[in-house]
Amino acid sequence: MAHGGREEIERVKLTENEQAMLEGREGAAKQKAMELLVRYAEALGVDRFVDVTNVAGVPGQASVFLSNYYKEAGGGYDAIFSHFDLDSDELVDVPKVATHSCHLQGGYDPDNWQLLGASPEAARVSRESEAYAVGKGIEILKTCTPYLVGNVPKKGEHCAWMESSAVVYCNSVLGARTNTEGRESTSAAMLTGKIPDFGFHREESRRGTHAVRVETEIESLMDWGMLGYFVGDAVQEHIPVLTGRYGQPDVIRYKHFGAAAASSGGVELYHIVGVTPEAPTEAAAFGGNVPRETFVYDAAARRRVYDNLNANARDPNVDYVMLGCPHAALEQIEEACRLLGGRKISANCRLWIFTSRIIKHQADRAGLTKIIRDAGGHVLTDTCSAIGQALPPGTKVAALDSAKQVHYLPAIMGIEAWFGSTADCINAALTGRWNGELR
Amino acid sequence: MSETKILLRGRKVVGGIAEGEALVTRETISGWGGVNPMQGKIIETRHELRGETFKDKVLVFRGAKGSSGWSVVFHTTRLAGTAPKALVFNEMTTKVALGAVVLRAPAVTDLDRDPLDVIETGDWVVVDGAGVTVEVRKRQQSAKRA
Repeated sequence: MAHGGREEIERVKLTENEQAMLEGREGAAKQKAMELLVRYAEALGVDRFVDVTNVAGVPGQASVFLSNYYKEAGGGYDAIFSHFDLDSDELVDVPKVATHSCHLQGGYDPDNWQLLGASPEAARVSRESEAYAVGKGIEILKTCTPYLVGNVPKKGEHCAWMESSAVVYCNSVLGARTNTEGRESTSAAMLTGKIPDFGFHREESRRGTHAVRVETEIESLMDWGMLGYFVGDAVQEHIPVLTGRYGQPDVIRYKHFGAAAASSGGVELYHIVGVTPEAPTEAAAFGGNVPRETFVYDAAARRRVYDNLNANARDPNVDYVMLGCPHAALEQIEEACRLLGGRKISANCRLWIFTSRIIKHQADRAGLTKIIRDAGGHVLTDTCSAIGQALPPGTKVAALDSAKQVHYLPAIMGIEAWFGSTADCINAALTGRWNGELR
Repeated sequence: MSETKILLRGRKVVGGIAEGEALVTRETISGWGGVNPMQGKIIETRHELRGETFKDKVLVFRGAKGSSGWSVVFHTTRLAGTAPKALVFNEMTTKVALGAVVLRAPAVTDLDRDPLDVIETGDWVVVDGAGVTVEVRKRQQSAKRA
């Protein structure tokens, strides 16, 4: 690549419709959205946009901080959307969205905000920003797992999604196309139906770059989570191609694998040969690329990952068990119920299971929420302990079945956290003690 | 009083000129969950810069990783007054591009020499996102921090 004070700035080539929006002929909000997208495309060094038909973000979501910050700037949710989401200095009237758009996780469970430790003000701001998004025609899914509740883009569809665990699922499992977008780019895409034609929107950027040979049997959910954590750490933001000893993963295993790989590294697309849609064969997955490096995941590597995930934990007295990262599927809530086996959790421990509203509704109907509650636990929605920075009062040591949550929660909340299987975690909830081990 | 100056050339990410003391890491930076935006501080467990603040510094780093909340975290540092003065980085991703755009701080990438080899924490760095240069003034040995 040529260097030396390259003066040429990529001029973004606009279609007639894009030009019209940029010139303000479709209103000030779309103009500001296009301005942001053009700045973003220039930063990325690309010269065109793709049309997106599925956008997932956190449009207009307010915190107490944001809502106070913009009080003087006219206040209200249009101010937050204008100044923060669209990064506009001007306050604009925000129209309805132009393409299929949904709201991911965020805010507080409207039925349990007090339990989550939210102030009445924070709960009000959460409620009001949700109502604002509803008014703009945005589907309120309030989950990091839109693909579990009906938002399933098709192979090849151009999307603009946030949430690293959803992005990696969208690309890898569904074969749809999205980069890891942010709040500002998704909000702008909702109004315009446009996103820069960068990275994973292009066929040639979707080919594998690094090989991972799986030489130990991968079966359980915990196995898939640990493998994901290994893969992310090994390949960082590159595209791994996995071959070896694994069966067909189910939706839950994909969910934990991808979330882990996107946390320890920056994996946004992976190929599992014989399993994922762009990897019928190893050759197809690499698409002519020569693997830059090959990593081996064997029993020793598995042990290292397990020890690494548990490196921060010392105290065997567990006072909090959190399940549902990414948000629990109905089967996972069922499994928690089965593992509880009619017993009550320890008086020294709390059990919170996070899921989406739609799955919570199913769990309510199926009697599962009541089983969890009767055992002393709670099924909660919209957020999780990391996103909501919400822990039961006095939490010092958590037990988690998600490599992603172990990656984030101790850093964010300053607590210890054990990693293990769902059964290890439920056992910790019942006894208040960590007895997990690598099996 | 001799001062070594090094000039790097690259590609504009965000225009503008800013200068400050460099904070350098060879590691990628996680935004959401890796940075406390109210303090402008790196908090990621096991990160080599854990506990360091980038407020008013020129952040020189490999690239972005982790959550899609990267841009929101750096956007928030601008509102909270804890933002870095400029960004110099190696690996282009949507996270770092959008974060740099909403940070509205000069940002440069794709430099003709690896900035991680040239710039050390404590060096004085002038980032010109319009002329697309990074001027590095090496700190004096005596000023070397422990």
